[in-house]
Amino acid sequence: MAIDGIGAAVRRKEDYRFLTGQGNYTDDISRPNQVHAYFVRAQTAHAKIVRIDTAKAKAAEGVVAVFTGPDMAADAIGGLPCGWLVKNKDGSPMQEPAHPVLALERVRHVGDPIAVVVAETLSQAKDAAELLDIELADLPAVVGLVDALKPGAPAVHAGGNLCFDWHIGDADQVAAAFKNAYKVAKIDLVNNRLIANPMEPRAAVGEYDRATGEYTLFTTSQNPHVIRLLMGAFVLHIPESRLRVVAPDVGGGFGSKIYHYAEEAFVTWAAPKVGRPVKWTAERGESFMSDAQGRDHVTHAELALDKNGKFLALKVNTIANMGAYLSTFAPAIPTYLYATLLAGVYTTPAIYAEVKAVFTNTVPVDAYRGAGRPEAAFLIERIVDIAAAEMGMDRVEIRKRNFIPTNAFPYQTPVALQYDSGDYFATLEGAMKAIDYAGFEARRAAAKKHGKLRGIGISTYVEACGIAPSNIAGALGARAGLYECANVRVHPTGSVTLFTGCHSHGQGHETTYAQLIAERLGIGLDQIEVSHGDTNKIPFGMGTYGSRSLAVGGTAVVKALDKIVDKAKKIAAHLLEAAEADIEFKDGKFTVAGTDKSKSFGEIALTAYVPHNYPLETLEPGLDETAFYDPKNFTFPGGAHICEVEIDPQTGVVKVVDFAACDDVGRVVNPMIVEGQVHGGLAQGIGQALMEECVYDDKGQLRSGSFMDYTMPRADDLPSFKVSTAITLCTHNPLGVKGVGEVGAIGSPPAVINAVVDALKDYGVRHIDMPATPQKIWAIVNGGHRMAAE
Amino acid sequence: MAKISLTVNGKKVSAEVEGRTLLVQVLREKLGMTGTHVGCDTSQCGACVVHVDGKSVKSCTMLAAQADGTSVTTIEGLANGNELHPMQAAFKEHHGLQCGFCTPGMVMSAIELAKRNSNPSEHDVREWLEGNICRCTGYHNIVKAVQAGAQAMAAAK
Repeated sequence: MAIDGIGAAVRRKEDYRFLTGQGNYTDDISRPNQVHAYFVRAQTAHAKIVRIDTAKAKAAEGVVAVFTGPDMAADAIGGLPCGWLVKNKDGSPMQEPAHPVLALERVRHVGDPIAVVVAETLSQAKDAAELLDIELADLPAVVGLVDALKPGAPAVHAGGNLCFDWHIGDADQVAAAFKNAYKVAKIDLVNNRLIANPMEPRAAVGEYDRATGEYTLFTTSQNPHVIRLLMGAFVLHIPESRLRVVAPDVGGGFGSKIYHYAEEAFVTWAAPKVGRPVKWTAERGESFMSDAQGRDHVTHAELALDKNGKFLALKVNTIANMGAYLSTFAPAIPTYLYATLLAGVYTTPAIYAEVKAVFTNTVPVDAYRGAGRPEAAFLIERIVDIAAAEMGMDRVEIRKRNFIPTNAFPYQTPVALQYDSGDYFATLEGAMKAIDYAGFEARRAAAKKHGKLRGIGISTYVEACGIAPSNIAGALGARAGLYECANVRVHPTGSVTLFTGCHSHGQGHETTYAQLIAERLGIGLDQIEVSHGDTNKIPFGMGTYGSRSLAVGGTAVVKALDKIVDKAKKIAAHLLEAAEADIEFKDGKFTVAGTDKSKSFGEIALTAYVPHNYPLETLEPGLDETAFYDPKNFTFPGGAHICEVEIDPQTGVVKVVDFAACDDVGRVVNPMIVEGQVHGGLAQGIGQALMEECVYDDKGQLRSGSFMDYTMPRADDLPSFKVSTAITLCTHNPLGVKGVGEVGAIGSPPAVINAVVDALKDYGVRHIDMPATPQKIWAIVNGGHRMAAE
Repeated sequence: MAKISLTVNGKKVSAEVEGRTLLVQVLREKLGMTGTHVGCDTSQCGACVVHVDGKSVKSCTMLAAQADGTSVTTIEGLANGNELHPMQAAFKEHHGLQCGFCTPGMVMSAIELAKRNSNPSEHDVREWLEGNICRCTGYHNIVKAVQAGAQAMAAAK
């Protein structure tokens, strides 16, 4: 192994610039002569646009232009496209309503953009926005996703509120299994709506070069090529050859920066209109009402068990909120990223799930860290705990009894996926050991003496990531391929630049990918640079989400390195006057097998670019290779999370006193980065379980619209975590990697709620919906539990 | 418009500002020092923390006019050439940052804690950082970094 290669906890290459204030985020970019855009947004959830008078605003000091929906419509600008088509049970396509960049005729959620003021300064734009005369006629709004399907509900779109009615699995087999059930565990649950809230608010700068006809968009994106494709082809009709999209340093994404947003299209469209670069940066309040939100399911589920506690069948009925419009990947989240995971880590032989997706007058909903898989894990791990209670079984025992045996891989689930590898016993044992599970009852008793209620909760989960095999995704409705691209450019003196189609917004790719290259080529990390985020530099890419950057993007790097080494061997064979088959490459040296004749990697690189002594008739000069890798299957990280909580019955406050996560993420390239990814995911999962909730009032007004109203986990809300791994290798990619970005957010919410329910078991509590706030807990402890729990 | 003069990272600067102009706007927009970030509009997130006359301040919550005559230190002013300040070095060593956006505020805030308490406990650090939100790290490694950074600062005295 190279010193800084695979497995080394290398300190990050990117840290120096971030720690010295030299990161280059989109809002840090100012273009010469730029103007500022301020978006005027709907303040009511549903209304008809009666009239917009822009005259006064246009006349205000510093104003360059004011634009509204009809201005864009007049240019035949397309609506924001949806990238995934889900079909109804009968095979018909989902309802796919238009999503104009700026609202036309109607606004459908608080935050829907109505007009944009472009001015010399942001202050002038904001001042002028006050002078816009906008008349809206309020319409009744539908907010709750259950309400959306009720007869007579206000219709968000002309086609009604049902987006699709989809299903998966074998209903007959499930029905038959339920007939033979010894017991049935049931649950009704809500998966709370969340807001991703990366610390960097979204921003975009659009620029147009009249001399070349090239457009440039700087944007806070996880996937600049996807934005170029969607915006160029579907919205603005600009060929890729004249559209450059740059996602520079991006301050966190968590899914919310995957999608193509109105503001990106607007600034790019407006730049030639006003003849100057146009800049927009979201205020946090705008982020709350315009970033795609996450989760928001209502589910009823039933699990059939035999007399030994073996799971016979699971049936699930979910309603998922799409919000007012379809965000880029929204339809895929509550279907193919959710219901296909309902087997979890168990051998449940029959599963049937129905999912209805509905439109409401709320901000669009799409993937947020985990995306569908946390919803599946929460449902499964809650109903398993309820099943254990119904059966009078131990919660560990019922899980172990139903685990997919370690020797049963590859394992075909009844809901489409085939898991390639895993060892759920090992991860459970790892987490139990880390948290001293055996010693818990003593701790519970000790807490009781101090008037506190202790509980412990387990979650054993699996997820599907490494998104995704293109042919499978395509068959399921994806309108894009989901491969990844890597270009390895060896320079004449032997240093290397990797151009990757993935995008780092916190994941540390500049270090992890460099480790892959150092390992393979035997060169130092200081000889390697990783470039991402610029469509003019990177051949192509699908970006970073779904824990795909190593499993898919990293494999593309390996494939490109294979090509580099193959070619370098040919050059070495020529220089060493040996047969290519006799050349061995190890630790940065090409050696003729069995001899001491060798050439260094640097010598080969120089020869490739200065081909004076070179097989020019059979080999091109240069050492620069590109690979596209399309994964053969999803990868299946999984593991066990155990949470220990202490509740103060006087205040209802739940304190997470200990948390152990033992995850199988496949081969670990940089353990320091892997642990950091798990920590961050756990914080978001614990946040979902105890604190975070996006709340609308019954008129669709966003009540949790700032950091003063939406409870972000802070340092003093969380414990230090006990994080470990117990890995099995992915069998279908060369690195054996599975992915780590989402495991923390997927495994942890049910562990927390299972612990809270356990702490409150003497109060007859079976289930508590997230977030388990002090108010809910206090009500339970103080006799009002009907208000808060079953 | 009024003219203010202040010292930023040891250098005397002046700027024309409106009454409503915030200190962070002067730093980012007038002086081009974009290391100080804006993560919210309600003084909650702490991405904008700088030192004003040696005390950590949310620069989104201080009017530029109030900073007239003060000495301001930003994240850009910490390192000695290429040599990181001990708190910056500790953040790197302990992986106390991921996307880097909250990092400048975290580091600036942590330095004031370290000046007050050279050996803070985990509890001290978590309480102190209440006004700095990080969405990436779960705070685990930030806590370790701040403790190590505080000790390194004390040792360097």
